[in-house]
Amino acid sequence: MDKTPKPLTLSEKLFLVRFRVDSTSHLAVNQEACKACADRACLTICPTEVYRWDGAASAVTVSYEGCLECGTCRIACAKGALTWRNPSGGFGVCYRFG
Amino acid sequence: MTERYDCIVVGAGPAGAAAAFTLAKAGLDVVVFERGEYPGAKNMFGGILYSTVLNRLMPGFWADAPVERHVVKRRYSFVSNDSEAAFDIRLDAFNRPPFNNSFTTLRARFDRWFAAKAEEAGALVVTGAVVDDLIIKDGAVAGVRVRMEGGEVFADVVIIAEGANSLLAEKAGLKPKPDSANMSLGVKEIISLPKGVIDDRFGLEDAEGAAVEFFGEALGPGVPGGGFIYTNQESLSVGIACPISALKEKGIKPNGLIDGFKRHPAVSRLIRGGATEEYLAHIIPEGGYNAMPELVTGGALLAGDCAGFVNPSLYKEGSNLAMASGVMAAETVMEAKSRGDFSKKTLEGYVKRLEESFVLKDLRRYKDAPDVLRSTTGLFKDYPEAVMEMLTRHFTISEESKADAHKELKRILKGRVSLLRLAGDVLRLRKFVR
Ligand SMILES: Cc1cc2nc3c(=O)[nH]c(=O)nc-3n(C[C@H](O)[C@H](O)[C@H](O)COP(=O)(O)OP(=O)(O)OC[C@H]3O[C@@H](n4cnc5c(N)ncnc54)[C@H](O)[C@@H]3O)c2cc1C
Ligand code: SF4
Ligand code: SF4
Repeated sequence: MDKTPKPLTLSEKLFLVRFRVDSTSHLAVNQEACKACADRACLTICPTEVYRWDGAASAVTVSYEGCLECGTCRIACAKGALTWRNPSGGFGVCYRFG
Repeated sequence: MTERYDCIVVGAGPAGAAAAFTLAKAGLDVVVFERGEYPGAKNMFGGILYSTVLNRLMPGFWADAPVERHVVKRRYSFVSNDSEAAFDIRLDAFNRPPFNNSFTTLRARFDRWFAAKAEEAGALVVTGAVVDDLIIKDGAVAGVRVRMEGGEVFADVVIIAEGANSLLAEKAGLKPKPDSANMSLGVKEIISLPKGVIDDRFGLEDAEGAAVEFFGEALGPGVPGGGFIYTNQESLSVGIACPISALKEKGIKPNGLIDGFKRHPAVSRLIRGGATEEYLAHIIPEGGYNAMPELVTGGALLAGDCAGFVNPSLYKEGSNLAMASGVMAAETVMEAKSRGDFSKKTLEGYVKRLEESFVLKDLRRYKDAPDVLRSTTGLFKDYPEAVMEMLTRHFTISEESKADAHKELKRILKGRVSLLRLAGDVLRLRKFVR
């Protein structure tokens, strides 16, 4: 009998992380650059899938609330179209283990 | 808040806390600004604290510090898609103080403790305080702008220990945005298991710990990087690291990558029955010596990850280098203070100290490691399968004569990889395995 529990989905994993959500986003993208961006690396490279492509609006949506502040998207965006600011002091991810 | 200190430290990670501790002990007026709710709130790492420097600052620190286990057992596991060949070492000497200066650790607990030690020594640690800018006066750094009412704070000198996501240093033009080939992403899960299960599964007792590193096809065929499992008291740190450039090029989702790693039979056996408690991610600077920024400017020094001080060999050793550079930055500040001169020229003494220490000696020694690891694609592709096929043949009991089996081994190897390429790769890699 296989007792292995089903692997957690990403939202289940995020549910385990403690966040103090800031009132405004610490992440911003330049939608004009994103429209013209060939690889849209941010959509795949974020470990919590903060960035999604909204086909109808032809724009990148940014769910900053689930950001682990790992720093990857800023390095990955070759266009320099991504503005990364530290969230307000004490806000954002608060690891319990680390 | 218009105030003046001898020194401002940005960031209460291992680099910043070590700097603040050293300065405060020497009686200097030092303030640390940390953006997290508490020190460690923003920080994660693989999980082994290397502690030669810490043990110098606080001999026998492990009796007091929230360390999980000391590492007595190391396992290097080379995996193909479904098989594993591993090398295990367990040394009794590692069971005695100073425990080979290797302790599994959880950063949210450890960083908080270390910052509290700096506070006890006399430093002021302000949490929930984001530094947004360096204040430049007459071409030199004169202070910082903290994101709060009237948050201009001045000091003779600023130690920038903001970590790998070096927004401040970049904004001030001290370094460019790092290249995606020189930065890896690490993703980790804390997976809880009862202590007894961990002890039995890894062959440990009491405070003994194990560190397992996975190479080869740990992340799937052709994906560079590797994985790890480190034992904490009642949990495992299970994670992977992969260059951002490779993730980008292959369009790989990091969460899928760690899930795949957890499913590998060599890994799933060890984490079976455990429950994920936390999901974490962070970047690791891996450009090494060749990617190092300018380390000093008038009135400021860079320490730790924001200076790129991570040993880019197969070990992700950063904590010790961070603390060492924090201490040396502090010593340089003390010297500058005694001379009353905080010019770039005086602060260059920091670079000299680093050059004479293991920090830059090791970074220089491994300076080609990032390029070599990048170009040795066979490591993550052809070799694992070939090695596993050879071992399978070698250990399979059959009636084939040994001579025939040996011939067959050679054929397998030749068919998979050119012997010349293998020999070349072995030579090139040898240097980086210590
Ligand atoms: C996945 C992974 C695995 C690793 N494994 C290991 C390992 O097993 N062993 C090992 O020795 N090393 C390991 N490392 C490396 C190690 O974590 C780092 O080298 C070390 O943490 C660097 O210390 P630091 O103080 O320079 O930076 P950090 O630990 O990143 O600390 C920087 C601090 O500054 C704060 N900060 C940043 N910007 C600001 C600002 N503007 N204002 C106020 N505060 C700010 C942050 O909140 C943080 O607390 C690993 C790293 C990663 C990512
Ligand atoms: S990678 Fe940069 S430019 Fe491209 S879609 Fe993402 S944020 Fe926009
Ligand atoms: S910092 Fe990391 S977690 Fe946050 S949005 Fe960027 S890639 Fe995602």
